[in-house]
Amino acid sequence: MRYINKLRHYGIFIVFLAICINLSLISPQFLTISNWTIIITQVSINALLAFGVTFVIITGGIDLSLGSIVAVSGVTAAMLAHPNTYPLIVPILAALFAGLLIGAFNGFMITKSKIAPFIVTLGTMTIGRGLALILSDGRPVSNLSDSFVFIGSGKLLGLPILILILVIMFIICSVILNKTTLGRYIYALGGNEQAARASGIMVTRVKMMVYSISGVLAGLAGILLTSRITTGQPNAGAGFELDAIAAVVIGGTSTSGGKGSIGGTMIGVLLIGVINNSLDLLNVSSYYQQVVMGLIIIGAVVLDSLNQKSNY
Amino acid sequence: MRKFPWKQKKMNLNKMQPATEPILGVNSLCKSFLGVKALNDIHFELNKGEVHALLGENGAGKSTFMKILIGLLKADSGSIYFKGEPIENLDVHAIIQKGISMIHQEILMIPELSVAQNIFLAKEVNRAFFIDEQVINQKTETLLRSMGIDIEVSEKAKNLSIAQLQLVEIAKAVSNEAKVIIMDEPSSALSELEVELLFKIIADLKSKGVSIIYISHKMDEIFQIADRITILRDGKYIATKNTKDLDKSGLISLMVGREIKELFTAKELPESEVILKVENLNKKGRFSNINFEVHSGEVLGIAGLMGAGRTEIARAIYGLDNFDSGEIRLKGKKISIKSPKDAIAEGIGYVSEDRKGLGFIPELSVKQNISLSSISAYSKAFLIDKKEEQKAVKQIAEELQIKASNLNKKVKYLSGGNQQKVVIARVLLAKPALVILDEPSRGIDIGAKHEIYKLIRQLTEKGLAVLLISSELPEILGMSDRIVVLSKGKQKITLTQKEASQEKIMHYALH
Repeated sequence: MRYINKLRHYGIFIVFLAICINLSLISPQFLTISNWTIIITQVSINALLAFGVTFVIITGGIDLSLGSIVAVSGVTAAMLAHPNTYPLIVPILAALFAGLLIGAFNGFMITKSKIAPFIVTLGTMTIGRGLALILSDGRPVSNLSDSFVFIGSGKLLGLPILILILVIMFIICSVILNKTTLGRYIYALGGNEQAARASGIMVTRVKMMVYSISGVLAGLAGILLTSRITTGQPNAGAGFELDAIAAVVIGGTSTSGGKGSIGGTMIGVLLIGVINNSLDLLNVSSYYQQVVMGLIIIGAVVLDSLNQKSNY
Repeated sequence: MRKFPWKQKKMNLNKMQPATEPILGVNSLCKSFLGVKALNDIHFELNKGEVHALLGENGAGKSTFMKILIGLLKADSGSIYFKGEPIENLDVHAIIQKGISMIHQEILMIPELSVAQNIFLAKEVNRAFFIDEQVINQKTETLLRSMGIDIEVSEKAKNLSIAQLQLVEIAKAVSNEAKVIIMDEPSSALSELEVELLFKIIADLKSKGVSIIYISHKMDEIFQIADRITILRDGKYIATKNTKDLDKSGLISLMVGREIKELFTAKELPESEVILKVENLNKKGRFSNINFEVHSGEVLGIAGLMGAGRTEIARAIYGLDNFDSGEIRLKGKKISIKSPKDAIAEGIGYVSEDRKGLGFIPELSVKQNISLSSISAYSKAFLIDKKEEQKAVKQIAEELQIKASNLNKKVKYLSGGNQQKVVIARVLLAKPALVILDEPSRGIDIGAKHEIYKLIRQLTEKGLAVLLISSELPEILGMSDRIVVLSKGKQKITLTQKEASQEKIMHYALH
């Protein structure tokens, strides 16, 4: 209940509910468990990326390398996940480590060189894409073990594993932001970097952490995507970062930093999922879907700024 | 900014006669935020060529009132007349066009543009689609010279000091042919000499028929330059008086609604343990050969003009900037501080002069700001123990009488005085042995100032060492046990409280 209250200052949450109610009236299929399973499964990869970039954006930064990290970690996992080679844990850890490495590189460059995050991650976006192509020699990596494929398609306790992972990550990320010192430092840093430093916060360490978290979550997304499509695609994930950033912005996180929440991001992710799903149900062409999506992104920010003004 | 030819002559602006017809009239102005009345039935009148001071404690409604005057906020009800015309529904741009300009407390200049480009921003002189930089530079040059401001017109705004920026802002208002100029705490970042220049400029403007609304907390200034004074308290109009009919204590009691007898309470202290010892501290171009010690329970004042190196020394001790050579010892132990985190861990706290820039995080709550420097002490295995945090914050907030009805309120919604107390609370919660207070009373009202002075005394009684940096000589003289005077980065003399006087400090500061 406290959480609902917190979300209330996001006008977008009300918009989301209104859309869901409307859709359930228009289409009886909309409110079924199977439809929601589809929606959540579809958004789970975007959700992981969006959680990671929420940390980054709250500090006032940006991460454009997410899509490329998905490709690098996906290919890395696929190459180590052929049947009868390594135990399942090896491709998973290797892919997560690949994501961590690129994320930490982003953080290192941003803090040491003082280059803007936009530029650094634009660079690693291209570097990552190149690395994925080098590792895979430009070809899809297929022939994955059953246990690896099971991650993306199997069920545990009656729930798709993808959804379970999403829920666990949602909880972990929420706890980090709301209950740990790191979370407090992230908000402080985004709110006023100089004052945060003067208050004794190790600004460089916090930045290293957020880009690393973003990288690891993108690595996890890479594993899940590869498992779902049963191949490691070096071209996978292109443009994913923009969907993730869109979800974060729709969810009320300020791109100038200092404000935002994982709960808001989750709403943003679900809103995108629901809109795409319903436009599918209503047989709207995917061309129009893109136009609608763009309008929603802009509309969400306008709504947020109106909210700000009325608060003042 | 090196020549001060007008310095010799004390000005007496009060004698000038104001015209009878008011240029600006405000009637029954009301404004509420979220149901809380920020302004309640405000009346105000400004004559042509008048300097009218607006006074009130923080939270009295001065800023809200001024924001409405220049069109940044809309009033709920009431009327504003300028030259007989209603203007309460105009926006900022239209109001500037009418001839009302405001010099904001925070300077709004484009850092990468030159002085001339900033002054002519949005009213550039064009020649066949291209900006005629030469004409702009010449016009700016003429303008600045006529006002007695000695700043290179092609200098980029980012290279100017706050004082210089403020003068350029005033020049900009003059170039807009403003009939009314609102100055919000114009002297808060100025040294005494620069204030003299400001006053000369104000006298010039006045003689040309320009009216000034002057917001300041500094009594001496107001008595020196204001013709009339309007006092607000808790969003209400209290009174408008001729300056000559008022004295200091009368004015203070109108502001706070009660009598304040004595603001300063300095006292002599016996020799005690040395907490901080600074030896031969050097930083090229900033300060050289700085040596001093601060004892337990002592307030060491650091006086000097703007640019004397006071804040730079504080920043170096606190680890915000590095220095070239020298030693810093805390309780006899040599310490090496690379960042504010190290300084806090060693027991040094810093309350910056730049409250907005370095003091607090506007989007975080009062509680989260206060606990920010010591949050790891209230955490187990990375998780914040929110109960412990609440307990510790509540205790210190009560000690400092922080008036946030709710500790969960965002700091950006507090008044300047309360924001300053939040910063001090954050510093104290980290349990420092030495606190550096850099202009602790800048831009805060008399009541809050008094509380901060009392607090400094309480802290020293508990054995804390305090390094006090201030531009206000009465403050330095009243609070410090000893005073180090700096000039152009050099340590001129250390005076005991008995030896020190305003004249002596100025003598060494100018030397």
